[in-house]
Amino acid sequence: MSFVDIIINSLSSLELNYTITLLLAVVIPGLIIFLLMTVNAIVAVYMERKISAFMQDRLGPMEVGIFGFKGGKKFWGGIGQTIADAVKLLAKEDIIPKDADKFMMILAPFIIFIASFITFVGVPLSENFLISNFNIGILYILAMGSVGVIGIILAGWASNNKWSLYGAMRAAAQIISYEIPIGLTLLLPVIISGGLDVHSIVDWQLENRWLIIHSPFTFIGFFIFFVSGIAETNRVPFDIPESESELVAGWMTEYSGFRWSLFFLSEYTNMLIISLVASFVFLGGWGSPMTIFNIIPGDYMYLDGPMWGLFWLLSKAVVLIFVMMWFRWTFPRLRVDQLMYLCWKVFIPFSIANMLFVGMWEVLF
Amino acid sequence: MSDSKLIDNSNIHTEDMVLNMGPQHPSTHGVLRLKIHTDGEVVSKIEPIIGYLHRCFEKHSENLTYEQVIPFTDRCDYLSSMHMTHAYSMAVEKMLDLEIPERVEYIRVITAELQRIASHVFFIGVFGLDLGAITPVTWMFKDRERIIDLFEMLTGARLLYNYVWPGGVSHDIPEKFVQRTKEFLDEFEPKLVEIDQLLSTNKIFIERTADVGVLDKDIAINYGVSGPTLRASGVDFDLRKKEPYSIYDKLDFEVPVGKGDMGTVGDSWDRYNVRYLEIKESIKILRQCLDSIPEGDVHEALPRKIRPKKGTIYSRYESSRGDVGFYIKSDGKNIPSRVKMRSPAFSNLCILPYLSEGWMISDVITILGSLDIVLGEIDR
Amino acid sequence: MLDKSLIDSIKSISDSISFDEESQIFNIEKVDEWLEISTKVKELGFDYLMCITSIDLEDGNLSLAYNLNSTGSQASLEFNLIFSADAEVPSVESLWKTADWHEREAYDMMGIKFSGHPDMKRILLPHDWEGHPLKKDYEVADYYHGMYVPKDKTSWE
Repeated sequence: MSFVDIIINSLSSLELNYTITLLLAVVIPGLIIFLLMTVNAIVAVYMERKISAFMQDRLGPMEVGIFGFKGGKKFWGGIGQTIADAVKLLAKEDIIPKDADKFMMILAPFIIFIASFITFVGVPLSENFLISNFNIGILYILAMGSVGVIGIILAGWASNNKWSLYGAMRAAAQIISYEIPIGLTLLLPVIISGGLDVHSIVDWQLENRWLIIHSPFTFIGFFIFFVSGIAETNRVPFDIPESESELVAGWMTEYSGFRWSLFFLSEYTNMLIISLVASFVFLGGWGSPMTIFNIIPGDYMYLDGPMWGLFWLLSKAVVLIFVMMWFRWTFPRLRVDQLMYLCWKVFIPFSIANMLFVGMWEVLF
Repeated sequence: MSDSKLIDNSNIHTEDMVLNMGPQHPSTHGVLRLKIHTDGEVVSKIEPIIGYLHRCFEKHSENLTYEQVIPFTDRCDYLSSMHMTHAYSMAVEKMLDLEIPERVEYIRVITAELQRIASHVFFIGVFGLDLGAITPVTWMFKDRERIIDLFEMLTGARLLYNYVWPGGVSHDIPEKFVQRTKEFLDEFEPKLVEIDQLLSTNKIFIERTADVGVLDKDIAINYGVSGPTLRASGVDFDLRKKEPYSIYDKLDFEVPVGKGDMGTVGDSWDRYNVRYLEIKESIKILRQCLDSIPEGDVHEALPRKIRPKKGTIYSRYESSRGDVGFYIKSDGKNIPSRVKMRSPAFSNLCILPYLSEGWMISDVITILGSLDIVLGEIDR
Repeated sequence: MLDKSLIDSIKSISDSISFDEESQIFNIEKVDEWLEISTKVKELGFDYLMCITSIDLEDGNLSLAYNLNSTGSQASLEFNLIFSADAEVPSVESLWKTADWHEREAYDMMGIKFSGHPDMKRILLPHDWEGHPLKKDYEVADYYHGMYVPKDKTSWE
């Protein structure tokens, strides 16, 4: 039962016109997704600033407070910082360079935003908390994740700036290459559980055991997926397209204000999507940690249920986001050819070998 | 099916793109302009254009007395100002044939080695930042702040000190200085180990820097390279050991030389590692000096009037960037007739075009970062 | 103090080299022979050119001071070339590559012309600057890029 189904069912009992029902069934989930993306961005940005600050021996935002939480000495001092930043970005002047391609420059952020938006439609947050229950779930997520590349290339080209073009070309090469290991490792749960949609994969894990410990090959597959996911979202150590010290801001250099905040929003949404997908594919989805080995019989499963499911899935995603942020502040960045070497000569052979061995494992055990 | 060239590239004409890494850029360490001729990623030629920070130091010094030139030398290499003033003061003292009291020599060596630690610590942080590792900067800057606090206690200023004068130093060391310096050294040594684990042995860092920009030692000497950049290529040349000045012949320390641990001798990792090991040697020197400062009056040998005889002198000094030289010509008056500063970064920057041919743009940043230049002393 | 045998071997390269005992400097009057002299000096083991200084002797002549060093034996030499303001000095860039930028700076600041240099242009000043600042008789131009350069700054507070 997904959201779209729930809405259509409840609206059909009101006997409205067909077009209006359809419209509402599209708009309301859209608003829900947008709300989720915004809340995620606010929380994730604040988390990133505080975590990075503590790792770097400093304090982070400390002054801005909201709702009576005053700023100052406690470590939660700067809670309202992200909201203040969002308001500032919305109020900033909209600068478009004189020789830039105006239409494409305006179009590019929207394409990237749309790409992460529609990917979110197929990603679950809990057992019933699903916008739309596709029966080709994993394939849909994989396909829609590739749409963002077009926006990046447009952004780099339209800026009429050699450095932005550099960043865009590198980004295109990187994102397209790293989709291959992601796709190949996402086929592993399909082989094991026998279904493409979200429910069958997670149900298989809840009945047997978490996919990450299913066999040593899926264990390696998890790491390949996670690292390729970091490469997909252009985070350090793979942030060559927007490398701060070489290209100023890469393909985003000429953007300011609201357009930049769209890029920013979609980057954090992508991080959330990758973490959520890794959680429900490899880490057991909305099952509690007691289902890791699945030796406790069903009657004793206490920490189970729809709200608990949401909690478990979100906490796994949050842990993975924390690991992504941890990586950002620890490692230097890879050079372009080393990045490509890693993808084509290390990850892809391993992913293909993984598929072969998992298939054999399934046959033998 | 023959294996001959299926694609004939000889009549595909591609033009070189000229990329301008402008004066304002996050990682050119100052206002340096690089015109890079590239075909996309691989660099074919680089032309550095300098002069954006030229402040006419040499022309100014022809109208100022010898003492008044000291603050100007501070501002040449603003990251090692103690070294610059020390070098200039040594040159003037050689012209005047002055005897410097022991206490002054010890204080000068202490400040010089503290300054060397500060400059190398800055280099480690900024080099990591160029490569994308953002955390070492904040850690290293925190330690650098403690050194600057020590200098503020000593001289009153944070970055440009005007401390070492020809004939002595401007103030005597305050009471708690020695104790605070020892506390700083005790707290700083474990932090170096942390940086070693975070940066030096990090696989990605090694892949970015090992075998990148290998500098052969004969070419290095021909291009006039000096300092840690030269020592990383395997040449054991440190002015503090070969032509000892001040009290360096009484102190026990070693000179780290690049050995090619992670790649070839003379690559960027070696240039980074030599500076990292030099910090440890400076800590050793500091510990020896702090325990044995003799008593005396620091203002004893300050000359009333500096009026050297006619003649010229060229005096060399080992600063944190290399071999600083001051060529001073005197006409018998109390203002110099010509002061020329030979800055090490000026010659170190010369090899950038030679080293970067055939590498990619990201490697240009690595090589430029590993040369450790300061535009203030290149442009003067 | 320099070694006697070294002084003799350098003086034997050419007649135009004279050695000043008190300041330990080799003076060269005829600059045309400088390239041959420096080639032979480099063969004696002086592989490190430390500094090239341009000096304005105020009687219409200019002078260049070359400081050389041998990394093997740690001996340091100084050569002083004296010539008139419009003479051309042969470039030693083919022997010591570091002379490339030092000679460009000498040209930029003092107006000394070098022959045989691959890329002679200004290095520290903008490429359209007029005049050579370190000369003792240098006067700042009145206008630069259409902007007036004030000479009397006593009214500035």
